[in-house]
Amino acid sequence: MVKFFGKRFLASALVVLVSTAIMYFLVDLAIDPYEDLRTSTAPNKAELIAQRTAELRLDEPVVTRYVGWLTNAAGCAVGNCQLGVDWQKNQAVTDILGGAVANTLKLVTAASLIAIVLGAMVGLVSALRQYTGFDYSVTFMAFLFYSLPVFWVAVLAKAFLAIKFNDFLADPHIPLWVAVMLGVIWGVILQAAVAGDARRRLTTFAGAAAVVIGLSVYVNLTDWFTDPSLGIIWVTVLSAGIAVGITALSTGLGNRRALGAALTVAGIGAALYYPMLYFWNYVDESWLMIFGLALVAVLVGVAVGFAWGGQDKAQSARTAALTAFPVAALLFIDRLMLSWEAYTNSPIIRGRPIATIGSSTPNLEGSFWFFTIDSFTHLVLPSLTLILISFAGYTRYSRASMLEVMNQDYIRTARAKGLTERTVVMRHAFRNALLPLASVVPVDIITLVGGAVLTETVFGWFGMGRLFVDALDNNQQDVVMSYILIVGILAVVANFVADLVYAVLDPRIRVSS
Amino acid sequence: MSNLEPPMEPGHAGEVEHAENAIELKEVEGLSQGQIVRKRFFRHWGALGGLITLLAVMILAYSSIGVGPIPGWWKYDHATTNDVLNPLGGPTLSMPTWLGGSGFEIGEHPFGQDEVGRDIFAATMKGAQTSINVMLLIGIISTIVGLAVGAVAGFFRGRIDDGLMRFTDLVITLPVLVVGSVLGKMVESSGALLLAIALGLISWTTLARLVRAEFLTLREREFVDAARVAGASNFRIMFKHMIPNAMGVIIVNTTLLMSAAILLEAALSFLGFGVQSPDVSLGTLISRYQNSFATRPWLFWWPGLFIIIIALTINFIGDGLRDAFDPRQKSVTSARKLAKAEARMRLDMQNADGQL
Repeated sequence: MVKFFGKRFLASALVVLVSTAIMYFLVDLAIDPYEDLRTSTAPNKAELIAQRTAELRLDEPVVTRYVGWLTNAAGCAVGNCQLGVDWQKNQAVTDILGGAVANTLKLVTAASLIAIVLGAMVGLVSALRQYTGFDYSVTFMAFLFYSLPVFWVAVLAKAFLAIKFNDFLADPHIPLWVAVMLGVIWGVILQAAVAGDARRRLTTFAGAAAVVIGLSVYVNLTDWFTDPSLGIIWVTVLSAGIAVGITALSTGLGNRRALGAALTVAGIGAALYYPMLYFWNYVDESWLMIFGLALVAVLVGVAVGFAWGGQDKAQSARTAALTAFPVAALLFIDRLMLSWEAYTNSPIIRGRPIATIGSSTPNLEGSFWFFTIDSFTHLVLPSLTLILISFAGYTRYSRASMLEVMNQDYIRTARAKGLTERTVVMRHAFRNALLPLASVVPVDIITLVGGAVLTETVFGWFGMGRLFVDALDNNQQDVVMSYILIVGILAVVANFVADLVYAVLDPRIRVSS
Repeated sequence: MSNLEPPMEPGHAGEVEHAENAIELKEVEGLSQGQIVRKRFFRHWGALGGLITLLAVMILAYSSIGVGPIPGWWKYDHATTNDVLNPLGGPTLSMPTWLGGSGFEIGEHPFGQDEVGRDIFAATMKGAQTSINVMLLIGIISTIVGLAVGAVAGFFRGRIDDGLMRFTDLVITLPVLVVGSVLGKMVESSGALLLAIALGLISWTTLARLVRAEFLTLREREFVDAARVAGASNFRIMFKHMIPNAMGVIIVNTTLLMSAAILLEAALSFLGFGVQSPDVSLGTLISRYQNSFATRPWLFWWPGLFIIIIALTINFIGDGLRDAFDPRQKSVTSARKLAKAEARMRLDMQNADGQL
């Protein structure tokens, strides 16, 4: 195993080395560092050209320049990072990169996480309802999303989603006909997904429609969009709902201990509602702390699961931990909502929270919660457009692999043993269907990084992709190369992680390696 | 499912399945592989609709403004400025009354005009033409390269295979869009033709991998051995015996590759590294007009719509081809079908009991 990964590591390093070399020569051919000087009418034109030649060492052959660049870049491995300079702004590339890399990673991580979860879920349901209206609709949507030009969608999203939603926020009132329409749409979608006989479909439809219409009315009555909050009641109700839902999917409601553990976690979450509000007042919030708290929540879930004991301690612990995370997220969201009204009414935002340009509002001052809301409102549109692309791929892929698995003999065996449909689907089929997804994810993340080039350009995000486009446009070899280096390393690491995950998940791979 | 069945009477699920299989077999009896595929393809309504739409779009794009020196039937071209007709140059196309319009009319400038009065219909058609040309060229080049690399790697195996596959990995490492931008910048001033060639040279990787996998299994088949015993050269075996057998994979992948190609070209043109003015492609049109969305939305809608139509129809054709070439895709026995079969079984048991 160690030997296998050692070999893989060496091969990866070689790939990065060779691809940067090739790209260095290509970029050198592509750009023209004298472009601005060619049309210049300055009297000292020859002097300026000589100066730039000296500065960028353009009189040396490209090979020696590459070696020089590589030696400097290799310093990054030992903590002495030199990736060259942006000669237009006279800034070291490493200084520019810092924020850009963080911004792009934020965007790509958020988009791929949501796309994977949603795509896998929709693909699963679509496979289980093969050749039904739901399946055909999902297939059509997937093809449509595949065929959408990202930049085109991004401009549309700006015009319709952001501006229209901001207009809506000025007078947040959902008209009755919109509420009814939303209810009917959700009802139709859910009844198609749940399927079953006519009665079950009708109940699902009526239930979903009633819930959506009821929620719209509630939102109107409480003026929720102006001052959103969940409050202890909703937190309790939603937590209990999450607990039941997750138990139903993971162990089935028949497992009373797992259900008890999940509900206990939900109860703890609800009980912590007021203490947490006080807690936030006395601490200095940071993202590190939020992640720490999320981890604590999951650990508490595990502990509760074990405390319930019984034969299947591990199952209860897993269910409780899976419940703990969304419950903790609910508390976090509720705290965020508390700052929403102040955020939208702040003089810089002026009641138009959904941003169409940039990755953060300049000159914004306020608490941690302000900045978090700010970065979320800036993330919404670019993430949505990115999700749109990879969502389609994940849906198709998980559908195909689920269909493949459902045709296997062991599924027939599981059914023949008399296992419930839930156990067959969730335990036997879904897990195995997820396996091939592990090999698609890294490739897809690389595509997403490429796609981020487009979204960042349209949304004016200061990210790596934007940096790359600008640098290529302005003939800045060092900046372009640092982008290529980072993306190359990212790609190799992604592939490496995929291999690792695959080897851990699928013992057959290890044997053959 | 057949193991669920009790001794059968007519109308049983198992027998129905048998009957269906028999029908399926009868359908393909005496037909060649090509005929079977064609038959299946034309039964796939999505693919058929896609094919018809794509052909219609292509005929419209090529005939309306002509190809190269041959003039088309449309009266304007994409570069001349005309008098602005409607306020702001809005489209003269209007919907028939039963769709809520003021009566169907094409008018002088159906897709509208831009701020200097250029005809958008002509521009969109010209853009679609360039985009389709680039797409076809990328498709052809990457198919040839991918086929060659994959076939050689899969046929010869060993060192050649290793080398070629490492090379493929290398090309895959960076996002196509990034390499494409650099290549696009390189051939910036030399027109769409070189751009298409450059992009074709980086889009072949998936096909190469698939063809290699296909060849690795094909080369172990008896007919390849037979050909070799008969004295066929490697070249002949690859071309006459193996490639025809791998045709399904190749055709399906080429189709999907082309739909990706048109989006790639559009994206690059949008970023400014693709087709450059005076050439016009759908991507450059969107890029040129993206800021006028608020005032003149039609400048933005039409080119985008055509990209989507072309990419979507090609995706559907690809899906249809995949189904046609790969009939192994079975449908899963759903819980509902199982329940039905069970109910039928129980009913039959009762009937049998009643007879006893």
